Amino acid sequence: MTIIKISDLVYTYPGASKPSIDGLSLNIEKGEFVLITGPSGCGKTSLCRTFNGLIPHFYQGVLKGQIIVAGQDVTDKQTFEMAKHVGLVFQNPENQLFALSVEKDVAFGLENLGMPRAEMRKRVDWALNLAGIYDLRERSPHEVSGGQQQRVAIASVLAMQPEIIVLDEPTSFLDPLSAERIFEVIYKLNQEQGITVVLVEHRLDLTAKYTNHLVVMDKGKICFEGNPRDILCNEEISRIGVGIPKATLLYKRLKAAGFDVNMQTPLSSDELAEQLLKVLDV
Amino acid sequence: MITIEDIHYSYASNIEALKGVSLTINDGDFIAIMGQNGAGKTTFIKHFNGLLKPTSGIVRVNGVETTKTSVAALARNIGFVFQNPDNQLFSETVEDEIVFALKNFGFDKETIEQRVVWALDFLSLTQYRKTSPFLLSGGERKRVALASVLAWDPNTLVLDEPTIGQDHEQKEKLQQFIMQLQSKKKTVVMVTHDVEFVAECNPRIILMRDGKIVADGIAKDILTNSKLLEESSIVLPQIAQIFTKLCPLGLPANVINMDEAETTILSHVKKEGE
Repeated sequence: MTIIKISDLVYTYPGASKPSIDGLSLNIEKGEFVLITGPSGCGKTSLCRTFNGLIPHFYQGVLKGQIIVAGQDVTDKQTFEMAKHVGLVFQNPENQLFALSVEKDVAFGLENLGMPRAEMRKRVDWALNLAGIYDLRERSPHEVSGGQQQRVAIASVLAMQPEIIVLDEPTSFLDPLSAERIFEVIYKLNQEQGITVVLVEHRLDLTAKYTNHLVVMDKGKICFEGNPRDILCNEEISRIGVGIPKATLLYKRLKAAGFDVNMQTPLSSDELAEQLLKVLDV
Repeated sequence: MITIEDIHYSYASNIEALKGVSLTINDGDFIAIMGQNGAGKTTFIKHFNGLLKPTSGIVRVNGVETTKTSVAALARNIGFVFQNPDNQLFSETVEDEIVFALKNFGFDKETIEQRVVWALDFLSLTQYRKTSPFLLSGGERKRVALASVLAWDPNTLVLDEPTIGQDHEQKEKLQQFIMQLQSKKKTVVMVTHDVEFVAECNPRIILMRDGKIVADGIAKDILTNSKLLEESSIVLPQIAQIFTKLCPLGLPANVINMDEAETTILSHVKKEGE
């Protein structure tokens, strides 16, 4: 079942001279883990903003084409209605947090849904624990570090248990191990609960292994889409400025130098190391 | 030169963020400060230009104690680029943002124009010269903040998470630029979680944990010490992960960058073939 269907989308911000999204069509199936990447300024964030109607309702501007998310035409629905279906974690957590305590921030969406108190308590604790911030629950979200704020933003969205979670570089302020743990949590929710995940990331080193649907954008368009193993061995990719995982790049460079490790394109260091051990062990 | 002697720092809420930190940064040093969230990294670097004054201990910049001078006086020599560009940007156009500091430091009109053109071009922002920074993407705004500091060419550059939101090409440019600054004996200190970037840049690494410095050494040593890194919530760079696993083949375990990885494996293959 197609849960996000975007057809011939063209969008221009108010006052901008050229469109940020320039003729883009994309289908995302329910339960997929989709990774969107592309050079800075290519329109990734703008695309995310269309999934819950922030574009065009909040940002205004000129929009052509169609966006259907969870069966709803986004241009017809208010953002708060879309919020039941789509949870969005922004790039900059400060833009998302406003309550007096971490806990209240996480509970806010549930309060709006009118969820009974006991149920809400359970849901908030569950989300705080998943994001690893249970101990921070009584702190003000504005006095915790940038990385911790990102966890609060993630917990707030997880608590809502939406059908679709959209994350725009959600761990950029987090230390690498914390980032990996957050990605693992999101991957687990995707695998076990069938939540559709759309993740925007530059750091394919950390994330390519989670997806079989990679979308590469450039200049407001999609230029590659499909299995990351096929896409990342394409030479064009480096020219666009996509950061190929180091393991993939090393594999490609060894091959170019005449040493074929003889495997499908690796996406992680584990995959490459394992095969190298086999091939090199005499 | 910046000398830091046993500084402690407590925020108003009585949380002690720095618990006795000493460090000497010489002219021309290239340092990456790493460590988990909340380790005190940002608090620490804010002492370099007097934005924060230590609760106890001494910070000297070129021999002058930061408690005995102003942030403005220190600013000419130390350029700061913060983690979140939105805390730094305020002008109506990208150009005005870059011009602001140049004017304040009293550069003449011709130099200002020259520096603006250079900074815009260097950070791929020329097309946005007359655009409001707030219409740009997160990664682009970060580059505007960087451009506005690079334009006045400070002797010491302090960068808090410079690679956030930057694509591969921008990271490579930043790396090349840091190398260029190195050749001019400029000092660069960056706070970063980006192990892959650090592995390619090869700086001296200061590892912080819980308000203290727990390790200080070259990238090759620190980034291959899995126990030390794990305690600081950092993962090994991918190349180091691969070489850690290749130990049984008799290959060196302390390889962290791409070029060395390629030559090491190829020469091993060649040797085995003979």
